[in-house]
Amino acid sequence: MTRRELKNKAGQGLLALMLLITAALLLIFLFSIFKRGLGVISWEFVTQPPRNGMTAGGIFPAIVGTFWLTLLSILIALPLGILCAVYLHSYGRPRWFMRAVKVAIDTLAGIPSIIYGLFGMALFVNMLGMDVSMLAGSLTLAVLALPLIINASEEAMRGVPKDFIEASIALGATQRQTILRVILPTALPNILTGAIISIGRVAGETAPIMFTAATFYSRRLPRSVTDEVMALPYHIFALMTEGSKGAQQVPSPTEALWCCFCWCWEFHRRQSSSAIGSGGPDNGKDSYLRTEAQPLVWRQPRITRYRSLSL
Amino acid sequence: MNDFKEKSFKLITYIAALASIMLLLGIIFSVFAEGIPLFKTIKIAEFLFGRDWYPTHGEAPQFGIWNLLIGSLLATFGALVIAVPLGLGSAIFISEIAGSRLREIAKPVIELLAAIPSVVYGLFGMAVLAPFVRTLFNVSTGLNLLSTSIILGLMVVPIIASMSEDALSTVPKQLREASLALGATPWETISKVVVPAARSGIVGSVLLGFGRAIGETMVVLMVAGGSAQIPRSIFDSLRPLTSTIAAEMGETVVGDLHYRSLFAIAILLFIITFVTNMFTEIVILKRGKA
Repeated sequence: MTRRELKNKAGQGLLALMLLITAALLLIFLFSIFKRGLGVISWEFVTQPPRNGMTAGGIFPAIVGTFWLTLLSILIALPLGILCAVYLHSYGRPRWFMRAVKVAIDTLAGIPSIIYGLFGMALFVNMLGMDVSMLAGSLTLAVLALPLIINASEEAMRGVPKDFIEASIALGATQRQTILRVILPTALPNILTGAIISIGRVAGETAPIMFTAATFYSRRLPRSVTDEVMALPYHIFALMTEGSKGAQQVPSPTEALWCCFCWCWEFHRRQSSSAIGSGGPDNGKDSYLRTEAQPLVWRQPRITRYRSLSL
Repeated sequence: MNDFKEKSFKLITYIAALASIMLLLGIIFSVFAEGIPLFKTIKIAEFLFGRDWYPTHGEAPQFGIWNLLIGSLLATFGALVIAVPLGLGSAIFISEIAGSRLREIAKPVIELLAAIPSVVYGLFGMAVLAPFVRTLFNVSTGLNLLSTSIILGLMVVPIIASMSEDALSTVPKQLREASLALGATPWETISKVVVPAARSGIVGSVLLGFGRAIGETMVVLMVAGGSAQIPRSIFDSLRPLTSTIAAEMGETVVGDLHYRSLFAIAILLFIITFVTNMFTEIVILKRGKA
């Protein structure tokens, strides 16, 4: 065997090793979470509030809290994000303004989540006097989700075939009618996929809600938007760092629940994206209208796609 | 009437677009407005290069963030040391060597790592990795630079892997075929043709990973240990910028020096991530032009 062949083998082996290590780390990670968590998940665990100083009972209030926080923030961010995407896609004038909007969105997407938390605390909690409340937390999370939703929506709209738009205009529809009746309905499945990704991200955030919404313990469920809430990610953090002995038992199932949750989202995302990728919202019924060059495939713009990963 | 509807709808979208700019300015303004007043009392140089962080000391509180800044950089550097070989190696293997069957499994699985909330990574670090590191190396605490780097690295791997893989897959097939036809081995083709051709995308992915790691809060808050010193070895605990903010904000009084100093840290963090993003943007743009 020559030196070159040896080098070839060694190089490829090294690459395989890297993939192997990555896969092994992932497996250890998932395995240890599920091993510790699955056994403890029970009906009681997901339907009961914590008892005996967090050593027994369940995580029901945290589930409810995270549900409301996520729902509210998406309800705030989704309309705003879609409208902003409509501007970027269909109007985009004047050009300097569009540039500024794009720079702003890219910058927003890159800001660390703890800074969102500080912003929420300074503006919503202190300056606007909302105190630590579900409202302040949802608004903070909405700001965080906004760039993701804008980018996903804009990309979805860009996937709408030009023919559709031209046909609509040629039939005498105004620009508003074209947007509302042609572009948005066609792009809707992809927009919703983007929203789901944002939901996954928003629901898992801890740093932005630490000072704006989350509380370590509350027996009752939140009754209004001005209440503090328990939230799953903060619950995990708090239990781990408060360091009482009994608490050791609770976070792992919470964590396992989280992973199930994430898996569901991920699964759903893949399913819906592949469905859209292959058939499109109309399942190819009007495929004679669609040019080959513009398949309706789910794709986020490059950089932002990676930014929307994790954290 | 129709014209009115038309105009008002257009106006609404403009307002929504304006809102995104206002939100960014709002974030910048609120963080700067709360942080800048610190520098009336503390000199900037003293803040940046001061070695002592004793914000709650009764008579003479000290606000030097040098140790915290170094902590952040070390943790990020450590994460990249782990994530770049793993992420890049996996990406190259998946895109250049693996068959399509493995590719179809491996890529989603690696991206799955990214769908898990950071606090879960932190939990894994605290509950599994830290005790393991402590007993394996027989050191006093498992919450140290090594554990932090491993966990942060694990979080950055999917970013580097998926972005590099995309960059590699945009390299034209002809380049590979030409190289192989000239008698180069697959390894030579990878290391001398494909990777250099995808260079800017790979550099971009590393920069993005850097920005991700330095801004990450929950993991370092839970795993780094939290002592405000410059670690002397990888088994010392450390305290990065982000975890300082998260850990201490709850103890402050709105408007006092401690509160302002934490916002000043946030300003620094914002500038670091902003500059990194600009760099990434420039690197990617260059690729688009070339």
